Amino acid sequence: MSDLNFDYSLLIPEFILAGTAGVVLLADAFRRELRVSRSVLPGIAAVGALAAGATSLLFVNEHDNFASLVAVDNFTTFFRVLFAATLFVVVLGSYEFVSREIRHQGEFYAMLVLMTLGATFLAAAQELLTAYIGIELLSFSAYVAVSLQKHDPRSGEAGLKYVLLGGVASAILLYGLSLIYGSAGSTSYAEIGARLADGTEDVHLPLLLGLVMLIAGLGFKASAVPFHMWTPDAYEGAPLPVTAMLSTVSKAAAFALFLRFFSGPLLPVVDDWRWMVAVIALLTMVVGNLIAVQQHNIKRLLAYSSIGQVGFMLMAITTVSDASASALLLHMGGYLITNLAVFMAVIAFYNHTGTEEISGFRGLAETNPYLALVITAGLFSLSGMPLLAGFTTKFILFQAAADGGYLWLVSIAVVMSTVSLYYYLMVVRQMYVYEPAGQPDADSATVHDERRELRWRVSPASYVTTGALLLAIVFVGIYATPLLTAADRAVAVLFPA
Amino acid sequence: MLTAFLLLPIAGALVIALLPRDRAADARWVALIASGLAFALSILIFVRFDPDEAGYQMVDRFNWIRAGDAGFSVQYVLGVDGLSTPMVLLTGLLSVAAVLVSFNVTLRTKEYFAWLLVLETAVAGVFLSLDLIQFFLFWELELIPMYLLISIWGSGRKEYSAMKFLLYTIAGSALMLVGFLVLGFTAGTFDIAKLTASPPTEAAIPLAAIFWFIMAAFLVKLPVFPVHTWLPDAHTDAPTAVSVMLAGVLLKMGGYGILRIVLPILPQQAHDFRVLLAGIAGFSVIYGALITLRQRDLKRLVAYSSVSHMGYVLLGIAALGPVGLSGAALQMFTHGTITGLLFIMVGLVYDRAHTRQISELSGLMHRMPLIGVVMVVAGLAALGLPGLSGFVAEVTVFLGSLGPHPAATIFAVFGVVLAAGYILWTVQRVFTGPPNERWADLTDANQWWERTAMGGMLVAIFVVGIYPRVLTDVIQSGIDPIAAIVQRGG
Repeated sequence: MSDLNFDYSLLIPEFILAGTAGVVLLADAFRRELRVSRSVLPGIAAVGALAAGATSLLFVNEHDNFASLVAVDNFTTFFRVLFAATLFVVVLGSYEFVSREIRHQGEFYAMLVLMTLGATFLAAAQELLTAYIGIELLSFSAYVAVSLQKHDPRSGEAGLKYVLLGGVASAILLYGLSLIYGSAGSTSYAEIGARLADGTEDVHLPLLLGLVMLIAGLGFKASAVPFHMWTPDAYEGAPLPVTAMLSTVSKAAAFALFLRFFSGPLLPVVDDWRWMVAVIALLTMVVGNLIAVQQHNIKRLLAYSSIGQVGFMLMAITTVSDASASALLLHMGGYLITNLAVFMAVIAFYNHTGTEEISGFRGLAETNPYLALVITAGLFSLSGMPLLAGFTTKFILFQAAADGGYLWLVSIAVVMSTVSLYYYLMVVRQMYVYEPAGQPDADSATVHDERRELRWRVSPASYVTTGALLLAIVFVGIYATPLLTAADRAVAVLFPA
Repeated sequence: MLTAFLLLPIAGALVIALLPRDRAADARWVALIASGLAFALSILIFVRFDPDEAGYQMVDRFNWIRAGDAGFSVQYVLGVDGLSTPMVLLTGLLSVAAVLVSFNVTLRTKEYFAWLLVLETAVAGVFLSLDLIQFFLFWELELIPMYLLISIWGSGRKEYSAMKFLLYTIAGSALMLVGFLVLGFTAGTFDIAKLTASPPTEAAIPLAAIFWFIMAAFLVKLPVFPVHTWLPDAHTDAPTAVSVMLAGVLLKMGGYGILRIVLPILPQQAHDFRVLLAGIAGFSVIYGALITLRQRDLKRLVAYSSVSHMGYVLLGIAALGPVGLSGAALQMFTHGTITGLLFIMVGLVYDRAHTRQISELSGLMHRMPLIGVVMVVAGLAALGLPGLSGFVAEVTVFLGSLGPHPAATIFAVFGVVLAAGYILWTVQRVFTGPPNERWADLTDANQWWERTAMGGMLVAIFVVGIYPRVLTDVIQSGIDPIAAIVQRGG
């Protein structure tokens, strides 16, 4: 074992993230002694996220690993940058929300940073136990973060539900991993792949059982149907920035593991798991999109819509090819940008109005046209409207799946995507068609002035984050090539030519 | 040039969006300038179009989405042929008319005109796109302005109608997208020209199913029985300008899609189902006309007459011969101008009388002779009076379809008789008769914008009616290749 590479410099971004979490916690604990105000906490977290993202870029085109546990390659870099950028945006965009709603701010920011740290380890893991530790780091931080909105009982309820179901899922996942370990005799991805390639007749049953449990466990983390039950409750109860993290980082991390593990080590037994993923993909997109139609709360709506999106993404896992994997990364990037834009806008909306009901969005186009525009663009992008990120990425994703022989699944995905347009339009309708609540009569002579009084502005930080994300949505929608190139290079690691 | 035509309205919409709030009233002028320039460009396109040259002209193309290394791309490609050139002209003309008749809109002016211009771009994009995905893109884009225009600036049960319109169209277009994707992935390209040249002969889903998937969207849009029920509601509750756009150009997207995409790419299936299509068409003509006869609301009346008239389009298409297809294309153009004008007139009457109930109106000719005369001319054109454009188109359709579908054609000819019935009866009830005291203070069309809109449409109706070759030569050059493919495929 002397040939293991213990080059700690490969893990600089992770060290930075872990350090950031520690510094944030300490700074909060010794706030009095240090004579700093609370507003320094998000600053530290944001700087940490930026530094982690920037140092990740040092490893572009690197092809190395740390002690055969953590791979540092383009795939890792892609996710490191993606997660760090997400963390940065969430921290920046939720500053106002946190200072109002969250009492334990140090813990809050530290948990966000630790979620990111767990997610990057998950994406980089080259060995099952490392991956499992990544998952648990991600999940435990999420359990705490979900329940941090102390004054809202829903937050505690959501945290409890999440921790109980999450614990069960982790147990199932771990059992699945142990069965795979038992079948393959190793926890290292490379060795599992080599062992399974030799033939699996003798261990077929335990391996199959292990696959079922693995998919169930990961399905839970990614909130795929039928393991999605926790999602709407956790999303609804969690503080909004945490919901944003759950629907982006947490989900993308599960898919990173899916990609690395299923298209590599499990490729020899692809026929054993492919149909399971296809069925789950089908269920997920249908159930997620159909239930979303009936939601009245914006967080629950976004929860179900994100479940629907997971169904689309699982489609790309089913087809296992470099084209579909790169399409998945592209879609993931587009989805993260879009979802963040929507969540940042909803946070800004919540800061002003304190409501999460969809009916509360009445007349937003009148009272805050900018925010209405951002939400509309985001929702339309999620539904796959042209000229926005969602269309381009979804199109390439569907194309990859169709090329992989899953045209029937793509056909259903297209129909479901149209269903999604319906429920997104219901939100848009509230904003644009209806007059704001408390609107004076149209006959009143002072209508113009009173309307102007109803106007409100979002905070500068919200302007910056939502504006940048809006531009990114449009940019990716019109010119996706840079992101696609990055995705191509990231998956080239998984599918050596 | 085509790109400029496509982007002009959007640019206008952006300018309007950036107007300061206290200058919101200027939005209409920006809209007028933008749509006017687009109209001028569309005339230029029409004039520069050379019917003797084969293939698409004035093509603008670049690769848009590059998918994977081995994958193919979605391209941005615009082009016109003899089929789309008249549609482009129609879009340009009706958009100006729509802006003009909206000059008195005061509710949320900026948004209104911005959405109207976005609508123009979306419709123009449908007519200009030569790539299936791009076509679909504009097809969907049109929904957003339409939905908002009807549900905010409409009247009556506007939200219900807007939602109904949306759901019908979305349901159709979901199926259409499935069809497009299957076609595109099977053939390895979304380029309409390439698909037309070498259509896929088999796919993962039976081609007959794909045919109906795609047809579903177009038949809903056209619309024909039994998927027409959204149309009367949407028309009745939409503001005048939107009715004009809806009847004038949006319905044409359905017929255009069948001619541009379904017939050339799936000729065999079109041949297999031609009798069924002719049956639907014939029934729609008569059913629409009968329902029209018993309407009590002026706008609903014109809306149902559209169902009847669009039946002719489908009848011409189902003939699958060069004459019938030309007739269908011509009918799309003439119906656009005639029904557009009818909706403008109904709108003018409603603006003044604030009712559209036929039973309440009478003797309006005494108060508004200009509106009355124009309404009569538009009505005569709609019922197919020789010398006006409706006649040319309907005769061409019947000539083309009599051979292949004698029964459906003879059945449908009675639609003309019924049209004479409902048009003349309506004119008689609303415009003639003794002057009614209640309508004593009504004024005629006295605003310049109203007169300009009416005049422009009248010119189009007369020119095509008296000298149809202006259009038919162009249409012929676009139809001939399609007809050749269909006859070879059959």
